[in-house]
Amino acid sequence: MTYDILITGLIIIAQILAVVVPVLISVAFLVYAERKVLALIQLRRGPNIVGPFGILQSFADALKLITKENIIPSGSNKIVFILAPIITMVLSLAGWAVIPFAPGWVVSDINVGIMYLFAVSSLGVYGIIMAGWASNSQYPFLGALRSAAQMVSYEVSIGFVIITVLLCVGSLNLSKIVLAQQTVWFAIPLLPMFIIFFISALAETNRLPFDLPEDESTLVAGFFTEYSSASFVLFFLGEYASMILMSSMTVILFLGGWLPPFDVYPLNVVPGVIWFTVKIIFILFLFIWVRGTFPRYRYDQLMRLGWKVFLPFSLFWVVATSGFLVYFDMLPN
Amino acid sequence: MVLYSLTFYLFSSVAVLSALMVISAKNPVHSVLFLILSFVNASGLFVLLGAEFLAMILVVVYVGAVAVLFLFVVMMLDINFVKLREGFLQYLPFGALLGIVLVIELGILFLTDRSSNIYNNQTPLQPIVNEVENTKMIGQILYTEYFYLFQICGIILLVAMIGSITLTLRDKGGVKRQNIDSQNTVDASTAIEKKKVKIGEGI
Repeated sequence: MTYDILITGLIIIAQILAVVVPVLISVAFLVYAERKVLALIQLRRGPNIVGPFGILQSFADALKLITKENIIPSGSNKIVFILAPIITMVLSLAGWAVIPFAPGWVVSDINVGIMYLFAVSSLGVYGIIMAGWASNSQYPFLGALRSAAQMVSYEVSIGFVIITVLLCVGSLNLSKIVLAQQTVWFAIPLLPMFIIFFISALAETNRLPFDLPEDESTLVAGFFTEYSSASFVLFFLGEYASMILMSSMTVILFLGGWLPPFDVYPLNVVPGVIWFTVKIIFILFLFIWVRGTFPRYRYDQLMRLGWKVFLPFSLFWVVATSGFLVYFDMLPN
Repeated sequence: MVLYSLTFYLFSSVAVLSALMVISAKNPVHSVLFLILSFVNASGLFVLLGAEFLAMILVVVYVGAVAVLFLFVVMMLDINFVKLREGFLQYLPFGALLGIVLVIELGILFLTDRSSNIYNNQTPLQPIVNEVENTKMIGQILYTEYFYLFQICGIILLVAMIGSITLTLRDKGGVKRQNIDSQNTVDASTAIEKKKVKIGEGI
């Protein structure tokens, strides 16, 4: 009896490690890729010293940061101050529990997978608010307030985009969402929703052009101004891991998950996990490309875009999609 | 089976302890954070009951939206902790009355309702596995049997929303706002005006 529990526990831990370790390694390479792509956009060389082509740069940076002194401001609320980066990191990893990498390759294949992802991404704001409040300093607090307002507003349109996809699928299970795209990826019939989702994902992960919570030209470093060493690394890792999580969510909802673009001979031999990775890399490249291209939004413009453009448009699209599906009798069972 | 009971005791004990901390924590921000912790644990209990849709809705609505605004307001307020403590004895009888009523109600429930199957049924805790997902079951019952009640709920929410917007909407004069349409329609003929200025006079 106890032996069984031990085996079950070990299998669960092995599954978690099999997901978390590759995610953390890919975070390291994402940071490297971002610096390299930005360097190419700006006609520079980027990191090229540590390892061949500078490929080990992020590992060197992480080591450097962790060995530095961890400074906790004396005026801060210490427990909340230490909890905030941990919560950010844990939440950005928790979402991976329901992501299907290939048919059957999922830690927990729950019925409400997409709701779980939505819930986890909506919790992400707590790490930032707690950091901003506990630092007991002006710039982090302003960053936290900006971020709370921003993430709550963009969640609304993300919710409507998810509803449109769910109307076409008829299930909240992520594997079923992928399988529903066997005839055509949802990015083609729902193209405007795909674009809205991508832009909202940028806002939800606090990336440029919506990175006002950490706007360095006005707020020093925003909510993590007071953080140093290992706690800073946790914020950094959490931000990039949630970036990869959001892009895998985009891939599952709109780009057919592990499915090949066409179900023909040379393409459908390639394993699903490779298609999934290639699509995630494509979306991540878009994230970096946007960062290298667009200037930062002003805060009132960002709020206007969320509430006055995306919200009415996505609401209209929900009504239009459901009307279309009912009229042509195409509702899934 | 043991794992289910273990997780049940974990979630329920943390939920009860954090609920206690909500009312006993000195700092109001800590209270809100403990409230969030107890919400999350309650949603964990919902998952154990097999009500995964309710669990996720609890997290998305209460933790992801309502509690964020709660925390927002509590953080912004400049609260005097000493003054907060002063009213403790004054409100104690009222709070105690509420507590006693709740305890009596729970006691009545436990003592009288022994015949119903909820208390006699000694099956161990485990998720209820159904053929139909509970998301679908909720939808099927909400949009058929309780359709009118559901619509009335929607109308009540709409009225509350309009009310709060009219309460907070103030159109002060003299506020400069960006009008993107008028900015985009500007061209040389509307933006620039040519004037002949006579020497020594100015405009």
